[in-house]
Amino acid sequence: MNGEKSAWQRFLASDFFYDFKRSPVTIVSFVIVVTLILMAILADLVAPTNPFDPGSLNLMNGFTPPMEPNAFTGETFLLGTDDQGRDLLSAIIYGLRVSLFVGLTAVILAMFIGVSLGLLAGYRGGWVDAVIMRIADIQVTFPSILIAVLIFGVARGLLPPDLRDELAITVLIVAIGLSEWVPFARTVRGTTMVEKEKEYVQAARLIGLGSSQIMVRHILPNVLSPVLVIATITLALAIIAEATLSFLGVGAPPTEPSLGTLIRIGQDFLFSGEWWILLFPAVTLLALALSVNLLGDWLRDTLNPRLK
Amino acid sequence: MLFIILRRLLQAIVVLLLVALVAFTIFRYIGDPVESLLGQEATEADRRALIDRLGLDDPIPVQYLRFVTNALQGDFGVSYRTAEQVSGLIAERLPATLELALVSALFALVVGTLLGIYTAIYRDGFVAHTIMSSSLIGVSLPTFLIGVLLIWVFAVELGWLPSFGRGETVQIGFWSTGFLTASGLKSLILPAITLGLYQMTLIMRLVRAEMLEVLRQDFIRFARARGLPDRVVYFGHALKNTLVPVITVAGLQLGAIVAFAIITETVFQWPGVGLLFVNAVFFVDIPVMSAYLLLVGTVFVVINLIVDLLYLAIDPRIRDGQLRRKAT
Repeated sequence: MNGEKSAWQRFLASDFFYDFKRSPVTIVSFVIVVTLILMAILADLVAPTNPFDPGSLNLMNGFTPPMEPNAFTGETFLLGTDDQGRDLLSAIIYGLRVSLFVGLTAVILAMFIGVSLGLLAGYRGGWVDAVIMRIADIQVTFPSILIAVLIFGVARGLLPPDLRDELAITVLIVAIGLSEWVPFARTVRGTTMVEKEKEYVQAARLIGLGSSQIMVRHILPNVLSPVLVIATITLALAIIAEATLSFLGVGAPPTEPSLGTLIRIGQDFLFSGEWWILLFPAVTLLALALSVNLLGDWLRDTLNPRLK
Repeated sequence: MLFIILRRLLQAIVVLLLVALVAFTIFRYIGDPVESLLGQEATEADRRALIDRLGLDDPIPVQYLRFVTNALQGDFGVSYRTAEQVSGLIAERLPATLELALVSALFALVVGTLLGIYTAIYRDGFVAHTIMSSSLIGVSLPTFLIGVLLIWVFAVELGWLPSFGRGETVQIGFWSTGFLTASGLKSLILPAITLGLYQMTLIMRLVRAEMLEVLRQDFIRFARARGLPDRVVYFGHALKNTLVPVITVAGLQLGAIVAFAIITETVFQWPGVGLLFVNAVFFVDIPVMSAYLLLVGTVFVVINLIVDLLYLAIDPRIRDGQLRRKAT
């Protein structure tokens, strides 16, 4: 207990926390991100209704504007309802859960692939390095959204038709993860090439440790801080990529709508004047992506020793 | 010099062959071509005949070679969904995408350069500050949201511009153009802004930074001392010296415009190859996907090659020695 408390106090006294305290923008972004993540995790408790329970839907409630009682049932919804009388706030909270889940797991996948390949390329050098980095070079010439759509299409082709919707979320994660690994690999490779010349690595080699052990136990911990920065920035990209794919109709399936899917649905109702079905999911997506981005920028500036 | 050019050409060809290999793998191994082309009631004899006709029993390298030669002759196979020639589908939709990309690129280049010059000259003015900070918001908006918001404001609320499609088009030979009718031109505005906005802000920031750099130099002060009017100093002397990096970035971004067209075309239901591709992904129409990959791959490789060669022509330091390290 005592040790834990002192670790907390050390954190409060650190430069890291000091920087954080002095940046109001960062504090606001942090609060937004944490709130949204908590809402997504606790969706079952926070959301007023379960949007996927057909029993809770009342078609009479369809197209209720926000904060106004419905003409037939008299029910009021904070953010209004969609065409099927689904409470928009609940749909957004559950959509947020899908978006965040896909974004986070895709980043973890990209990080895993990128860090492994980067370590390998940097430590081994030679043809391993050449092959990995050439692939990376070729891949970054193409925008990642294009690659993600392509991977999504290929994966759909590999799956039997009845599994396509069921596995759509997994496919989406793999597609986005595979399209974002390059920045991780490049950074880790660079740092690894510097680190492997240092004495502690030579010492580890001298006492006879295997190269995989040196890479994972000794070099990896020393290349992690830039990885954290890239992960945060990539998270914003992944969330937007997921929303874009779902908006294009090649992402989250209709049974598990993400924020992008909700925006796609909302676009259809713009012309009939039901603006809230579009606006609220869009604002949520923007708040999330922008806050994560700002946090990433701040992390980059704080963790970068050259700027201090 | 010649050696460097040859080497770059060779690299480009290798990359293209790799892209073709990926396209071939998708084309040949994802889904079952025979199953997809024949109906449910096909007999074993039909299957045999089709396998022979497509040469699916040949060794893989032979099949790959045939795939590449066919592609070079514009033959990408038959769409699984519509049973039409993929080359025909693409040729029919290519003009729509190219016209959209062209207008977006022009919009990005012209408006971006003008705003860049403006914000550099009046760097401390209120308008310049507003432009710079709103450009930050513009960059963080996802493309599809920009499109949807533009539709909301200009098509739904104000009713000024159409929200989808190309409007009326005129057929000139094989090319269908929207440039010649009023509705075609009006239909172009919103998609072109959506597609070009990101590149526009990029070019604006670049021009601004370069202009600020150039305006500090002695030859500008000398031009002013000679009593030249501002217009000549800014456009004749300063702008000219900022163009090299601008042209390079604009060139590289042209590829991004073609790729991001898949998003814009979906938002505006623009009948181009991007929409064709998204639909192909949704319906798992493998030949169309693989043809699109080849097409876009070629566009990217060619653009990169041209930009690299332009660099070579412009920058003597590269000509004399080391190759340019890819910045992007």
